[in-house]
Amino acid sequence: MSSTQQVLAVEHGALNRPRRRRWHRHLHGSESAWAIAFVVPYAAVFFAFVVYPVAYGLWMAREPSLYGDLIANPRYAQTVINTALYVGLGVNVKMFLALLLSGFFMRRRWWIKALLPIFILPWALPAIPAFVSFHWMLIGEEGLVDSVLSALFGIHGPLWFNDRRLALGSNIVAYIWKWMPFWTLTFFAARTAIPQEIYEAADVDGASGCRRFAHVILPLLGNLYLVCTLLSTLWTVGEFTTVSLVSEGAPAYSTDVLATLGFHYAFDAAQPSLGVAAVLSALPVLIPITLILMRTLQTRDVQL
Amino acid sequence: MSTIAADARLATRASSRARSSERLRRYLRNLGTLVLSAVIVVWTLVPIYNMVLISLEPEGDVFTDHIWPRVPSVESFWGVLTQGHWYLEHFWRQFANSLYIGLMVTFFALLFGTLTSFAIGRMRIRHGWLVSNAALLTYVIPASFLAIPFYRIMQNYGLANNPWSVIAALVAFATPYAIFVFQEYGRSIPIEVDESARIDGASPPQIYLRIYLPLMAPALVAVGTYALLLAWNEYLYQFLLLSSKSSMTVPVALAQFLSSDQSPWNYMMATAIIYAAPPVAIYYAFRGRMTAGLTMGGVKG
Repeated sequence: MSSTQQVLAVEHGALNRPRRRRWHRHLHGSESAWAIAFVVPYAAVFFAFVVYPVAYGLWMAREPSLYGDLIANPRYAQTVINTALYVGLGVNVKMFLALLLSGFFMRRRWWIKALLPIFILPWALPAIPAFVSFHWMLIGEEGLVDSVLSALFGIHGPLWFNDRRLALGSNIVAYIWKWMPFWTLTFFAARTAIPQEIYEAADVDGASGCRRFAHVILPLLGNLYLVCTLLSTLWTVGEFTTVSLVSEGAPAYSTDVLATLGFHYAFDAAQPSLGVAAVLSALPVLIPITLILMRTLQTRDVQL
Repeated sequence: MSTIAADARLATRASSRARSSERLRRYLRNLGTLVLSAVIVVWTLVPIYNMVLISLEPEGDVFTDHIWPRVPSVESFWGVLTQGHWYLEHFWRQFANSLYIGLMVTFFALLFGTLTSFAIGRMRIRHGWLVSNAALLTYVIPASFLAIPFYRIMQNYGLANNPWSVIAALVAFATPYAIFVFQEYGRSIPIEVDESARIDGASPPQIYLRIYLPLMAPALVAVGTYALLLAWNEYLYQFLLLSSKSSMTVPVALAQFLSSDQSPWNYMMATAIIYAAPPVAIYYAFRGRMTAGLTMGGVKG
């Protein structure tokens, strides 16, 4: 639901700059004391539960030797590849399909209107039950997918979590299933905000189908698409739930991503510093993305 | 004369051919739309169908491969509701834990969010923009990256296995969004309302309680729903910070089912469906309002 609003809010609330009119000069002594008192609770939460853990994490992972240990471990290298595949494929396929589907849902057919509430169901559903269901659906011969394969086509389905590529693919599909509706709605909201006259003008000029997509939709939604993709990448690099429930890292921890690997190090292997280091090793990717995101939000008008 | 007639005949034939090819194209497009719609329905519903299918199996019959329930039985739902299996002996306690965490996160996110946005947006505190930008930074830190240090810190605070550790983490993640929405929404309320109350001698807490909060009611509802669903959907921090059977929440208990080989799967899926029902109901109940909010957010420039 309002995670979409969240994205849109981030966009147009984008980095509030200092206001030109400085009303605080009108605040009298007692009033400014009240104002500070009103901000204190959130500031306390922010410092105690955001700043302090970040600082603590950086301090835990301060030893350079930890990173040497990580790189020496083949499991870490595989995890980095898995994370890159998971984020790269998951985010981009999801966003591109969402952009296309948002156009599909703009059509005026009664059954398409009726389809939208069904389509957003994965998003309304809590992640845990959904991923538990995915896990059980792909568990093997008893799972629904292989049962359907053998009932309809008479083929023996694979053991999905015995093969690294299939297991990784299952994670990505489950991830796309869960989050595509949300981004589709975001793009759908943006498309409904495009004035109808622009479509009509494009129609008059003979642009339809692919050409309308390339010359009308993409320039108008391009910035939004970029911002959404960057945000989604940031959120997906640290994703834990999907992998920990769908494939559970199987077979033999070969489908772990950074978040689940860090977790294994910290809690199964009792090496919390190594766990934090594994997770923090994504910073060289996260910081540039954050900077690009900030810059896009600051310099360009993401609004339609 | 005859050429004109022939031309006219040709023209009608050409236009009827054009019309029929246009009709064919429209037919094909409709067909394509229908096929795509069917694909979307199947894609969306398969995992949900799987949940229902397994939950309807009678106990002990789960390992047979069929694609619809042979003997549908709602025994598992009854078992969950009456805590009729040793795996489920704390179900209602865990459900209450989930609800408690959700309500507390909602309350504190709304409280801290409104207080902060009131001070920044209405009272225009000095350097207020700094606070809202710092809050924005919370967005770009993936929550799982904070989890391990957070666990250590909570051990140090003596809050291990305490729901308040989860509440603290989730409030820290939900409040930045609350501040954003409240500030955006607050711009639609003229500042003169506050000014005139000030001239009449109202103190800031009075303005906050009597004027600001009632005017913000629609935004409070939207953000409150968001915070409640955020807490209901969250898994990592609950899994990490709550480990005893009586302090854990339903998602953690569900994941525990998964890690055992002897689990009663039908009970697990029934639990999953019961846990998933409230947010889905809330979502569809508020859908109209949320779609309106979405388009509002998109159009506003």
